[in-house]
Amino acid sequence: MNNLIRLTEHGPERVNEDLWTLALTGEEPADGPRILSLTAWLQCQPESVLSGQEPSADAVCLQPDDEAERLQPYLAVLPLIAVLFPSFRDGRGYSQAYLLRTRIGWTGELRAVGDVLRDQLSHMRQCGFDAFAVREDKSAEDAIKGLNGMSVLYGRSAIEPRPLFRRRASEC
Amino acid sequence: MYHYDEYDRALVAERVAQFRDQISRRLSGELSEEEFLPLRLQNGLYLQRHAYMLRVAIPYGTLSADQLRALASVARDFDRGYGHFTTRQNIQFNWIELEQVGDILARLAAVDMHAIQTSGNCVRNISTDAFAGVAADEVLDPRPLAEILRQWSTINPEFLYLPRKFKIALCSASEDRAAVMMHDIGLYLYRDAADEMLFDVMVGGGLGRTPILSQPIRRALPWQHLLSYVEAVLRVYNRHGRRDNKYKARIKILVKALGIDAFAREVEAEWQHIKDGPAELTRAEYERVAASFRPPSYPPQPAVDLEFGSALARDAGFARWVQRNTHAHKQPGYVSVTLSTKPGADMPPGDVTAEQMEQVALMADRFGFGEIRVAHEQNLVLPDVAKADLYALWQQACEFGLATANIGLLTDVIACPGGDYCSLANAKSIPVAQAIQQRFADLELLQDLGEISLNISGCMNACGHHHIGNIGILGVDKNGSEWYQLTIGGAQGKLSALGKVIGPAFSAEDVPEVIAQLAEVYREQRQGTERFVDTVARVGLAPFKARVYPAQEVRA
Repeated sequence: MNNLIRLTEHGPERVNEDLWTLALTGEEPADGPRILSLTAWLQCQPESVLSGQEPSADAVCLQPDDEAERLQPYLAVLPLIAVLFPSFRDGRGYSQAYLLRTRIGWTGELRAVGDVLRDQLSHMRQCGFDAFAVREDKSAEDAIKGLNGMSVLYGRSAIEPRPLFRRRASEC
Repeated sequence: MYHYDEYDRALVAERVAQFRDQISRRLSGELSEEEFLPLRLQNGLYLQRHAYMLRVAIPYGTLSADQLRALASVARDFDRGYGHFTTRQNIQFNWIELEQVGDILARLAAVDMHAIQTSGNCVRNISTDAFAGVAADEVLDPRPLAEILRQWSTINPEFLYLPRKFKIALCSASEDRAAVMMHDIGLYLYRDAADEMLFDVMVGGGLGRTPILSQPIRRALPWQHLLSYVEAVLRVYNRHGRRDNKYKARIKILVKALGIDAFAREVEAEWQHIKDGPAELTRAEYERVAASFRPPSYPPQPAVDLEFGSALARDAGFARWVQRNTHAHKQPGYVSVTLSTKPGADMPPGDVTAEQMEQVALMADRFGFGEIRVAHEQNLVLPDVAKADLYALWQQACEFGLATANIGLLTDVIACPGGDYCSLANAKSIPVAQAIQQRFADLELLQDLGEISLNISGCMNACGHHHIGNIGILGVDKNGSEWYQLTIGGAQGKLSALGKVIGPAFSAEDVPEVIAQLAEVYREQRQGTERFVDTVARVGLAPFKARVYPAQEVRA
C-alpha cells in the first residue's frame, strides 16, 4: 500500500514501500502478501495456521460488521490486522481498534484503511491504531499533521489507560 | 459553577486553533464540503437557509454574568443583535459568516465557553434541571456529576462518529424538570439510606420521527460506575446501532429492535469488562468538581418581610409575576426567578437581544450572585434571589421586556426556529407561536386556563419537543404548503406521555382558533382544579375532536 504512515519509536514515519495489498474482493492483483476479509482469511488458511502452529502469510481486515472478538484465537499467527473505514463517518472501527488493544490483546500492527483522513488520525491513534493508510488522493505528508490532535484528553484511550482525573491526582 | 483549570482552558484553546485551521482548509478548497461537514457540526456550525448558525454550548444550562456578557457581545458584533436559547439549554446565533467563526470561538474561549459537540453524531451537551442546586424539592445537586460526564464525553475519541446524535440528561429532584425520559440516556440521581449516591439509568428515549420514552435499564447504579456504565451503553450502541438509515439510527431503535432485556444483557456483558477499571470514579475527583458548586453564602433574610408583603398587596402585576415566575428555593428567604423570553408578538420564543442579555447579567450581579441558568423551556433563570430584592428585580425586568408573567402557561410556548431559519423545517414555527400568543394575550383568560405547555416543531425532527407538549403542534408539508398537525395529552416529567394526534392538519391561519376551541372544551370539561393535561387523560380525545372537526360527522 502506498501513502502509509506508521508510528515508530522515533515518531511517525512515511512508508512508501509497503508490500501489503488490500484484497477485500479477492480479485485484486497482488505481487506481495494480501490483506483479506475475515471470511476469506478463515476460508483459505491451512489447518496448521488455524490451529496456531504456523504463522499466516495473509493479514486480515475487519469490516464494520465484523466482531473484533473473532480474531482472538488467531492473534499469534496474524502478521497484521487492518480495520476498514468505508466512510470516515462510520465510527465502528474506533471501537474495534479499542477492543483489539485493550481487551483482545493485539500488540502487532493495527492499520486503518479506507477513508482515512487527516482530521480523524488523532482519534484513530488514541483508539490504538499505529499505522494509517491515508486515502490515495490525499497527501500523507499533510495527514501527519493530524496525528497529534489535542494535548488534553479527559477520558482514557488505548494509549493512555488512565482518565485525566487519575493523571491529575498523581501529579499532586 | 464549574471553574476551568489549565487543562480545560488548554483544550478549548487548542480546539479553537484546530477549527480555525479546518475552516481555512475548507475556504481554500483543500477540504471538501463532505469532509468538512462533520467537523463543523462537532464545532456547532450548521448551514441554514440564509447563513451559518453557530450553536454555543451552555453546559447543563449554567452561565456566569460575564459569560452572558460575552454572548451579548457575539450577538452584537457578529450577528444581528440577538441570540436564540434552545431546548437543550444552549444558545444559537443565526447569522454567522464562516470567516468569523474562529474569532467568535476565541472570544468565547476567553470566558471558558465553546461550541464543542453541540451538533454532530456524538454525545451532545449534558442537560439537567434549570433549578439544579437550589430547588426546594431537590435530593442532591446533579451538577458535579453532569460536569464529570461533560468532561468524559468531550472529544472522547471512540465515540465521535456514532450512528446518530446522543443526548444525556440528569435529574435529582422529586419533580423531573429535565425531560429525562426523552433522552438517549436519562439518569435519575438519588441517595440511599446510607447516604450513598445512586442512579436509576434509563435508556432509549427520544423524539423525532419515532417518539419513544426511555425505559429503565439499571436500578441503583452506584455513582462511582457512572462513566463505565455510560461507556458500556455507548460501545454497544456504536457497534450495533443502525447506520443504513438516519431515521432509524438513534439508540431508541436499537433498544426497541433488541428489546430492553436483550439490550440490557449486552450492556451488562460489556460493563463487566470495564466496571472496576480506571474509569471508576474516585471520591477525590467528585470532591474536586463538587467544590465548584458549593452554594454561595446567603445573607440571612428576615422571617417576615413587611415591605415584600406590602408590595404584593399593592401591586397586582407584581403579585401575579411572583406567583407565576418564581420557584421555591432551598434557602429560606430566597427564590429562583424565571425571566420569560416569551413576551408575545414582540419577540419569537427563546430570542433574547444583546441589550437584554446585558441587563440580565446586571440583574444577576446585583440580585443573584452573578449566575444565570437557561431552562429547557428556553427561559432564563436567576437561581438565587432574596425575596426582599424581588420588587426591584421585577421593575428592571419589566423595563426590558423580560417580566411576562406566563411561566407554565399557554403563551410560554416552546418553539424551534422553524422554517424562517432552518433548512430542515417543513413549516414555520415562529409566526404560529406568535399568533397563538396574540390570541391569548388576555391575562385573565390565560391565568384561568392554568398550566398548559404548548410546543411547536417545524418538522419531524421535533426540536420543539411537540410530542411532550400538553398541546403539540407539528409543521408538515402538504404539496408545498405549510400545515400544522395537532397532538394533545403529551407531558414531560416523571409522568411523561406522548401526545396523540387529534386529526387532519390545519392551515396556519386556523391554528390559533383551534387552540382556543381546545381551551374552551377544557374549561367546560374540567373538574375542580384539574389541569388541561389531566382533563385530556380523563375524558379522552373525543370531546376535543368533536369541537374542532364539527363537519366530520356530517361528511361521514
